[in-house]
Amino acid sequence: MLQRHKGFLPWLLLGPGLIWLALFFLIPLYYMGRVSLLEGSDLEGYEFTWNFQTYVDALEAYKTQFGRSLLYAGAATVIAFLIGYPLAYVIALRGGRWRNALLLLVILPFFTTYLVRTLAWQTILDDESVVVDVLKTLGLVADDGRVLATTGAVIAGITYNFLPFMILPLYAALERLDKRMLEAAYDLYATRRQVFLRVTLPMSMPGVVAGVLLTFIPAAGDFVNAELLGSPQQAMIGNVIQSRYLEVTDYPTAAALSFMLMGLILVMITIWARIAGTESLMGAEAK
Amino acid sequence: MRAYGRRALDWGLNAFAGLVLVYLLVPIAIVILFSFNDTKSRFNFEWQGFTLKHWEDPAGPPGLLDSMQTSLEIGLLSMLAATVLGTLMALALVRYTFRGRGATNFFIFLPLATPEVVLGASLLSLFLTIGVTTGFNTILIAHIMFNVSFVVVTVRARLIGFDRSLEEAAQDLGATGLQTFRLVTLPLIAPGVAAAALLAFALSVDDFVITNFNAGDAVTFPVYIWGAARVSIPPQVNVMATIIFVVTLAFMLLTVWQQRRAERQATQAQA
Repeated sequence: MLQRHKGFLPWLLLGPGLIWLALFFLIPLYYMGRVSLLEGSDLEGYEFTWNFQTYVDALEAYKTQFGRSLLYAGAATVIAFLIGYPLAYVIALRGGRWRNALLLLVILPFFTTYLVRTLAWQTILDDESVVVDVLKTLGLVADDGRVLATTGAVIAGITYNFLPFMILPLYAALERLDKRMLEAAYDLYATRRQVFLRVTLPMSMPGVVAGVLLTFIPAAGDFVNAELLGSPQQAMIGNVIQSRYLEVTDYPTAAALSFMLMGLILVMITIWARIAGTESLMGAEAK
Repeated sequence: MRAYGRRALDWGLNAFAGLVLVYLLVPIAIVILFSFNDTKSRFNFEWQGFTLKHWEDPAGPPGLLDSMQTSLEIGLLSMLAATVLGTLMALALVRYTFRGRGATNFFIFLPLATPEVVLGASLLSLFLTIGVTTGFNTILIAHIMFNVSFVVVTVRARLIGFDRSLEEAAQDLGATGLQTFRLVTLPLIAPGVAAAALLAFALSVDDFVITNFNAGDAVTFPVYIWGAARVSIPPQVNVMATIIFVVTLAFMLLTVWQQRRAERQATQAQA
């Protein structure tokens, strides 16, 4: 099916898109790097001085928010995996002819605006809401306690918003799984637990790897959930970047923080890519 | 005993999966439900009773309709541009092997793997440094950028099962390259391209984070909501969100249905 091509045709097809990505993805990163090394302020004007001190200062000033971002994103990723895997498993292996319909339900949240569905969580977790009443009755929340504006609310919101990103790759991996392998394992008297731990789970690893990345990356950079469902005590690094850039106009600090966030995530991707291979990372291309 | 335990486990697993689905769907129900809420104050958090008044006056809050229009314009334009750019790229990546293919794949994947704040902040850095005023055009540029990668990934996934012998047959029968593309290739990849276009449109209308950085004075629907969230969200926002939801769902079902029909026709033609 594939043609080995030495000519320029592939590049002709790729050219326009690659140029667009270079101009508005790659080059902006260069400019952000440049902005992060400026010295000065919005009022006095900026000067390019290779001012690496900004990085040190920014990390020192906002290490709490950095840690919080990693913690919240990590927690949301783990929860999304734990609740997403069973759903992906049921749809892929037991969905039968309902598979596509069930899959559609999984992506349905994407059809409502991101901000609107996060605001819906405000309604759900509001102090007067039914859900909070039930939690209070069950004793899970103190009678005078709140759910909104807590760490739990922010993590729940993040988990919710990025859960489909976890489920879809898990589903793709489980659906591709060769069912005969499972039958073979049962024929060899493996117990269900053994089949799951030694056949199903290892064979769905590409999905796990992709799902973890697709959930963790947007979660680590998110600021919408912390803003709408949390309080300043839940501020994440994304909140700092957005307010430094757009409200305080402290561009160098904001740019330095963005770079450190991106660096951290690139390191993670590289490690994952080593484990999984770039192809399975990008949705597994059939050969 | 063993069989009983197994049945319980099966049942439990299905029930758990069902609960996760409920978790995914409850906020959508809330969004739709609260578009019918008979609000007494300017807050729309508590259920007060059923009304159609917000549906009768969807354009009530000043600026809301304008923001929808801006979102739709940017959505359509970025969809068109990104679908063309992305489809060409996907064709190149699926049909040819060439030096640099792996690197290109990785490069296209990178924007998807970069947090949105970073994409937004870096674009703003560019615009600030070279002195471009942010507004409608910069939002459009940004949306095309992130949509290109999504289109490539979506179209590529659909192209993988593509039967090249059909193109070869057309050329054997004397079709020119352009004729082959127009009459054979394009109809075959059309469902994948349509799905990608729909995704691009939806992502554009939905995007807040990148837009927020590069919006300047322009107000899209999500930017409007963000501004309103600091004071109070008018219930008409729920009306708009419900309309977007229903329309997107309808389009989605339409493309799925059309694809099914095309596949059925293809199998009938073979038989």
